Amino acid sequence: MTQTTVDAKIETNKLQTKMDEHIERTEGASPDRHAQGALLSVRNLHVWFELRRFGFGHAGYVRAVDDVNFDLKVGETIAIVGESGCGKSSLMKTILGLHRPTQGEIFFENRRLNDFSRKELQWYRTQVGYVQQDPYGALPPFMNVRRILQEPLIIAGVKDLAEREARIRKALEEVKMSPVEEFLPKFPHMLSGGQQQRIVIARAMILNPKLLVADEPVSMLDASVRVEILRLLRALQEAHNLAVIYITHDLSTVRYFSKRMMVMYAGQMVEQGEVNELLSNPKHPYTQALIAATSDPDAANAMKFRDVPPGEPPSLVRPPSGCRFHPRCAQFIADLCDREIPPDFEVGSGHRARCWLYR
Amino acid sequence: MANRSSINSTLLQVSELVLHFRTSKGVVQAVDGVNFTLNANEAVVIIGESGCGKSSLAKAILRLLPRNVHRYAGKTFLYGLDIMALSDEEFRRTIRWNRIAMVPQAAMNALNPVTRVGDQVAEPLMIHQGMKKARALEKAVEMFRLVGVPEDFVYRYAFELSGGMRQRVALAMALVTSPDLIILDEPTSALDVLTQANIMNQLKRIKKEMGMSFILITHDIATSSELADRVAVMYAGQIVEVGDAQRFFQEPLHPYAQKLMASVPRLRETKDPDFIVGQPPSLINPPAGCRFADRCHRRFERCAEEPPTVEQDGRLVKCWLYIEDGVNQGDADYSRRQD
Repeated sequence: MTQTTVDAKIETNKLQTKMDEHIERTEGASPDRHAQGALLSVRNLHVWFELRRFGFGHAGYVRAVDDVNFDLKVGETIAIVGESGCGKSSLMKTILGLHRPTQGEIFFENRRLNDFSRKELQWYRTQVGYVQQDPYGALPPFMNVRRILQEPLIIAGVKDLAEREARIRKALEEVKMSPVEEFLPKFPHMLSGGQQQRIVIARAMILNPKLLVADEPVSMLDASVRVEILRLLRALQEAHNLAVIYITHDLSTVRYFSKRMMVMYAGQMVEQGEVNELLSNPKHPYTQALIAATSDPDAANAMKFRDVPPGEPPSLVRPPSGCRFHPRCAQFIADLCDREIPPDFEVGSGHRARCWLYR
Repeated sequence: MANRSSINSTLLQVSELVLHFRTSKGVVQAVDGVNFTLNANEAVVIIGESGCGKSSLAKAILRLLPRNVHRYAGKTFLYGLDIMALSDEEFRRTIRWNRIAMVPQAAMNALNPVTRVGDQVAEPLMIHQGMKKARALEKAVEMFRLVGVPEDFVYRYAFELSGGMRQRVALAMALVTSPDLIILDEPTSALDVLTQANIMNQLKRIKKEMGMSFILITHDIATSSELADRVAVMYAGQIVEVGDAQRFFQEPLHPYAQKLMASVPRLRETKDPDFIVGQPPSLINPPAGCRFADRCHRRFERCAEEPPTVEQDGRLVKCWLYIEDGVNQGDADYSRRQD
């Protein structure tokens, strides 16, 4: 046995106890269970990935999602905003049932996702639609549009061929791919980026889900089609009273699509609230920095330098103590921000920020 | 050559540049008769959507051509010298990287994984200027400082750096030979908002301090405004409008440019953005006449003919609306509709 593996073992035990301590504390902090009437409740959600050294030695955890809480009502839209590596994709995949929560709970219609069996997961996936970021990567290149849209129906056990065909046509009409006949036999490479994304949306909608998770649905598209796809998503949301989780890094599309938003940084939720309120009156220094760094097309931009916080987002293996933004924060309070994890402070109606400035 | 501060302020003049590719489906007219000029210490932004030929334009200027070139013609003048007339070897020795450098698209993912990044930045100096390695490395460190990469990163490998840092290294590679012109192809499109703002700040500083000129190729209109002195809008292989950035962002002239500007979601305005119906034409058999006509909200009979490029209050626009004997005063109409 080499020194490395021994070290790794010791580290494992240390980390295990550290992890237990941390999680016990947060569980004690907010004992409330799922909110009544919510479609989706996320409680104290932690998603940690184990790092392994050469395939077996333990080397720590990537704390991708750390203590995230939110509720989503039927027909409500929420945007999750953050930079790459902030944990928004891990959060999304856990909500989709692709990762198991390390700690914490997810409730869907008051049923606990954590203990879903295979069967229940299959049911759950008919209730939740997923719109991927890269439409070309998300569509199998060897299937034509009809086959792509059949797939979810077959898996969901729709046996009647006529019904399948009818539902495929309806889904295509809903995403405004008409004439339907023309598109059914086409393969993904024959479609433009915007059309491919419509097929992805049609596939997500074909089982009439109650919740749609859209992961950067327009970031791979050209400027002139982006808005078209966003409008389509909004129309579908209104027509079916869908709950939507819209994941994006682009603040300028958020207002346009959702009512509520939450901002994530280094695995944690730092601020959430109603979109207009949050964008016009951001409280957390990180949100303020994001807004200050986003430009609108204006020739005056070339005349000035933008304020950008120094440094880069921290490693999620050993995140900074206290507030994770403190090493980059201009309003940092010594002996507080670097020691204590800030709790959720109420800073306005329905507007909460995790920042010691509002203690 | 000591003519960087020459009396002639025109740095680059591109005239009737054509680059067509041969493919199994036919000839792709990626760049089709492009004209523009660039002054010293100026940044021109080339805005266009995917497939409009903007990256091919960059390659055509730097003569980095693939094998399937069908037609490559036109003239490119650098300080009045026709660089298209140079032999390949001469161009490589005197122009490429010494006078014009480039940060290609996704450069940050194209760094050599087995060479230290410092060596990669020093390499152009050793190859293009015959500098000794030790001296070249010193220069590389200087460049790292300039683009905001910690100095000790010269000994690291690409995989040890974050995306933003790798993009800066790619920028340092273009800067290190102090060229007159740097072509940036989508320099920030894969980066996060804060990193993006940071790199744009860096570029502004370099432009100011080193008096460098830039051609910035991008589809991101909001970010392009961070650096632009002038804007050129490209559509289906052609430039449809070139003009001063100030006026372009206030009031674009070409209907495509107007629609494109209206499709940008804005953070500080609540107005709903618009979109353009349809999709750009194939460049294999582009329509005769105006290439935007099919999607244009102001199309009329004359658009079936190819529009000439005309000057409209100091800007160049390729559209029949601005021809005197046409349905003229297009721009008056536009401002009326804006009210």
